[in-house]
Amino acid sequence: MKQTSNRGLVMQLLLFTAGSFAFGFALVPLYSVLCQVWNTGNRWYGTQTAEASVIERPVTDRVVTVEFVANIPHAGAWEFKSQVPSIKVQPGKLYSTSFYARNLTDRAVVAQAVPSIAPQTIARYFRKTECFCFTPQNFSSGEGREMPVRFIVDPDLPLDVDRITLAYSFFDAPQVAAVSR
Amino acid sequence: MKTVSTNNVSADRHDDHKPSGIGRWLFATNHKDIGTMYLVFSCIMFFIGGAMALAIRAELFRPGMQFFDPGFYNQMVTNHALVMIFGAVMPAFVGLANWMIPLQIGAPDMALPRMNNYSFWILPFAFTLLLGSLFTPSGGPAGGWTMYPPLSLQSGNSFPMMIFAVHLMGASSIMGAINVIVTILNMRAPGMSLLKLPLFCWTWLITAYLLIAVMPVLAGAVTMLLTDHYFGTSFFNPAGGGDPVMFQHIFWFFGHPEVYILILPAFGIVSEIIPTFSRKPMFGYDAMVYATASIAFLSFIVWAHHMFTVGMPLAGQMFFMMSTMLIAVPTGVKVFNWTTTMWKGSLSFEPPMLFALAFLFLFTIGGFSGLMLAIVPADYQYQDTYFVVAHFHYVLVPGAIFAIMAAVYYWLPKWTGTMYDMTLAKWHFWVSTVSVNVLFFPQHFLGLAGMPRRIPDYNVQFTDWNMVSSVGGFVFGFSQLVFVWVIIKAVRGGPPASAKVWDADMPGLEWSVPSPAPYHSFDTPPDVH
Repeated sequence: MKQTSNRGLVMQLLLFTAGSFAFGFALVPLYSVLCQVWNTGNRWYGTQTAEASVIERPVTDRVVTVEFVANIPHAGAWEFKSQVPSIKVQPGKLYSTSFYARNLTDRAVVAQAVPSIAPQTIARYFRKTECFCFTPQNFSSGEGREMPVRFIVDPDLPLDVDRITLAYSFFDAPQVAAVSR
Repeated sequence: MKTVSTNNVSADRHDDHKPSGIGRWLFATNHKDIGTMYLVFSCIMFFIGGAMALAIRAELFRPGMQFFDPGFYNQMVTNHALVMIFGAVMPAFVGLANWMIPLQIGAPDMALPRMNNYSFWILPFAFTLLLGSLFTPSGGPAGGWTMYPPLSLQSGNSFPMMIFAVHLMGASSIMGAINVIVTILNMRAPGMSLLKLPLFCWTWLITAYLLIAVMPVLAGAVTMLLTDHYFGTSFFNPAGGGDPVMFQHIFWFFGHPEVYILILPAFGIVSEIIPTFSRKPMFGYDAMVYATASIAFLSFIVWAHHMFTVGMPLAGQMFFMMSTMLIAVPTGVKVFNWTTTMWKGSLSFEPPMLFALAFLFLFTIGGFSGLMLAIVPADYQYQDTYFVVAHFHYVLVPGAIFAIMAAVYYWLPKWTGTMYDMTLAKWHFWVSTVSVNVLFFPQHFLGLAGMPRRIPDYNVQFTDWNMVSSVGGFVFGFSQLVFVWVIIKAVRGGPPASAKVWDADMPGLEWSVPSPAPYHSFDTPPDVH
């Protein structure tokens, strides 16, 4: 019977182990790719880039409720809220609303808003032409301001969806560059 | 299957020369010494983890807060799981592998004795680190053994201690696994082809491959947690573009094969014991090997059934539901073969057989509740309730742990050379088997009625079954002292055991050496036809 020497076999198995360790890290980009392909998982794919152009073609006989949620994940020193809790929209028509944020600290802070859309499978039907989440936001001490969002709900939105939730989490962004998918 | 034609043990006893003093254990390279240390270590951990379980059951005896604050309760839940999985069950299987694999394949020792020593001696350090974290000012890890972020990142000083403890446990089990693979592939006696390998060795060979495939993935996942916490990476931090749900995917990619790491060697043990006490060869030996391999393969593609409720597309839910249910097929083959082995056999009911039979019944109950949990719409109801707790305790306690006890009762005379106290062992069996059901069966009812897991207090409607469960828990816990007493008595002395030990015609090579097995066995390889 042909067999590998102990040393050879141990080397193969150690290589196998190293490969498994590398595979654990490879799962990170792998999941990102799979989620994009299957349009699932991370809910903000495509939600942090502006649409180059949108053509308005309103569907007048359909109304969808868009809800706005503002989150501050850690006990950050922020005031952050949506100007309106929700609006009723017609698919295919451009709308704008705004969020209000105020820095409660006495120093300048950079913040980044990360959007999330529910139900997660319809993220690609929710298009933003302008959003404060596209770039890090600078706030001087105590500064508060309105931040606009302009969006359009795609007329091809599946018929069983009549309610969309747009949630923003507002993070202190010390390592700014972060983000931006 | 195979017969043994030579008995290599000569009368001059040179093979029984042992090193003396503490050095025998510190620098041990003998597979029997290391096996013994693993088994003693896992027994100590079993009682430490058991004490934590009793603390949990004491707190849950009635509603309201009795003994601890919720934070300490959460530490108990988290550490109970880590200690039992990585400290009790896995080292016990490695200890059995160390003792029995060389004896079963006719090898003089494990292939890599020095690494064997390292892989054991890492463990006490790992668990000193883990259990030591309980004494840090902020307490031990309390975010659950699954270490989900962001909660686990908030556990204070115990967090890095837990991470490094997990790294060490992983390193130890990877080394143990490599040792098992090299031993089985390279050191079999001449004539022992792979399909003549005893089933305990087969299941361990496959388990060892699972270990080197997934323990490094766990190491990677906890390393990512560590760098997220201390080095500003954003693997799981949405502020930097990460996703906490991804941790769950990576964790359970390790976690599901891990549950088979905890049960496949148990399948092997039961496949050794049932034929012996049925006085028949194993029914469907080849099918058992292929079933084990199929289970191992399927374990890699079912991980998301642990997390149906985090949200995934319908197609994903369907895939993970179907592939999970598919595992019932090879597992069913195994249960069928064990049952068929007993069919028309000359059964006798010594303690190892009793434990193996209890395993067969009670593990199957755990398997069925697993099937219920695999059904996506039902899982939305069961998720994070006591039904899940009942399910995995049925497969791990009367499953994995009963199989370990069966193995100890089966091979103990071979280790000590004395017959243990049968009456006491049968008492241990009956008290354990009745109490383990009193302990875990009511948890099915609690879960179906909606009692959530991982909470120190509960609604008064759940009181009765919690009381029953706690009573069962305490009886089960203290009845394990009988187990220890049986072993201590047998080590101290008793009626000598014969080389065959059991009144049956067993083909295994371990029965060709005298009892106790000499310190050095199979210096010249036996002949296997």
